Amino acid sequence: MPPRGMRRAELIGLAALALVPPLAAALGQPFYVDLFTRIMIFAIAAVSLDLILGYGGMVSFGHAAYLGIGSYAVGILAYYGITNGFLQFAVAIAGAAAAALLIGFVSLRTSGVYFIMITLAFGQMIYFLCESLNQFGGDNGLNITEHSNFAGLLDLDNGTTLYFLVLACLALCLSLGGRLVESRFGLGLRGTKSNARRMEALGLPTFRYRLTAFVIAGAIGGLAGALLANQTLFLSPSIMHWTRSGEIMMMVILGGMGTLFGPVLGAAAYLLLENVLSGLTTHWQAILGPLLVLLVLFSRGGILGAFTSFARRRRG
Amino acid sequence: MITLLEQLFNGLQFGVMLFLMAAGLTLIFGIMNLINLAHGSLYMIGAYVAASTFGATHSFLLSLLAAVAATAIVGIAIERLVFRTLYERDHLDQVLATFGLILFFNEMVRIIWGATALYTQVPDFLSGQVELLPGAPYPTYRLVIIAVGLLLAALLWLLISRTRTGMLIRAGAANRTMVGALGVNVSLLYTLVFGLGAGLAALSGAMAAPIFTVESGMGDDFLILSFVVIVIGGIGSIRGAFIAAVLVGVVDTTGRAFLRSLFAMVMSRSAADNAGPTVASMLIYVLMATVLFFRPTGLFPTPGR
Repeated sequence: MPPRGMRRAELIGLAALALVPPLAAALGQPFYVDLFTRIMIFAIAAVSLDLILGYGGMVSFGHAAYLGIGSYAVGILAYYGITNGFLQFAVAIAGAAAAALLIGFVSLRTSGVYFIMITLAFGQMIYFLCESLNQFGGDNGLNITEHSNFAGLLDLDNGTTLYFLVLACLALCLSLGGRLVESRFGLGLRGTKSNARRMEALGLPTFRYRLTAFVIAGAIGGLAGALLANQTLFLSPSIMHWTRSGEIMMMVILGGMGTLFGPVLGAAAYLLLENVLSGLTTHWQAILGPLLVLLVLFSRGGILGAFTSFARRRRG
Repeated sequence: MITLLEQLFNGLQFGVMLFLMAAGLTLIFGIMNLINLAHGSLYMIGAYVAASTFGATHSFLLSLLAAVAATAIVGIAIERLVFRTLYERDHLDQVLATFGLILFFNEMVRIIWGATALYTQVPDFLSGQVELLPGAPYPTYRLVIIAVGLLLAALLWLLISRTRTGMLIRAGAANRTMVGALGVNVSLLYTLVFGLGAGLAALSGAMAAPIFTVESGMGDDFLILSFVVIVIGGIGSIRGAFIAAVLVGVVDTTGRAFLRSLFAMVMSRSAADNAGPTVASMLIYVLMATVLFFRPTGLFPTPGR
């Protein structure tokens, strides 16, 4: 995939997303603003997972934990009356990054299936930790009374403002992510994916490279969590249940692993599919499940992969 | 002292149930190199079939048989339909496809048996209590679970270390390509191992039905615990799975029972009330992370992988 074509697809996609609020207003369907805010938040989480999964080959099965840490940071600070958004977001991102540093430091000693399972175990640890925080609602969750307050600059009570904040964060993540994977660091990281031993032999500190990527992904996950808390205004351990980590992973694969825009498409496809199917029947998971199985069995490269091979066929 | 004994037995009982799940998982992983997240669904199906059979016939043995038979059929069906294609794929694809299966089975159970949980009782002839020590009564049913679990563990050990089939299973775990090249019907071996694993998971679920709530998604968290077990034990090792299962069962149960009062000795009552349950619920994951930190391939790594 040529980077320039990719950039263009990204720009078109982001421009299309910017058109959602006016279109929703014109159609009188404000619900879509809400839906697409959610899609973009999960897109940010999926992009961050793809940085380590698609570019670093690290199958982390506990990514929802960072989402949880981000939203608990916002929610707990708000509970104590600290609603300064800059502080809340800083704590959310730093907290998730610190957790990722710790988790990565232990997990990256293992590889293969052990890595999948140990990241899952850490995710569960944080899940149970939050579930047992009784003063913050424990298992039942807790309502957050106020949105993050950005010194009066942004009014997040307004759904459209929140929408554009999330869109800006997504654009930022995509652009930073794009620079990152093309940088010297990114090339090294991709090298550890295809052949870690050779990269090590070349003198690359692979452990440090992977850990750094792991921490960056965790930090972005924390940002997504902080945004999610602002959208739902509700704290609940269920946002970091292990099945949520599976869903985020599914979004990455669905869209196209190892690309930055793929996970965005994947998040949109997954959540739209969920939305459409749950409108059809209460038993929508009985349809979604087999669909996912078929997808894994018969498609390679996800949605983006299907597009590019189609484009290549037309050209060639 | 008596509560400690009781909790140790509870831990053992939980441990052998975990072992029945973990044995199948670790065999399937060891031989077919397949991460099967849907193993928890097999446990759930076992529990549902047992609960509804018991409700209809009031025969405990019949309910166990029905659970094992029905689940083994479901297991073999998904092995033929889905897993055949997954063996050669990477772990990521396996995780995702079997995750899709979980969604499907959880919903199917809701369609067939309804969204409300099923409750079923311990059969009459097992509902009494037995004195472990004078003055220390213990539910007969839980003792039976322990006995069945230990018996099956022994049988499994015999099967694997003393029979020709077991030899092929061990050989398959060490090098399955070579086993195939030597003319063994690998496809049949896979189906057999998968059916065995499904049956054991179903038995675990069927025995769990009277003491846990039978509901959609009941296998999900139990699955994660079984993964913790096989990872601590070393993937592919039955012996490791047994030791780790008992370890996890005892650590989890005694942690939940005693950590609060243990903490109360060194901190204030209210702090202990908060910290005790929190640490108890995280304990086995801490155990797992610690084991993997020092031994990245588990306690009993299988040679050749």
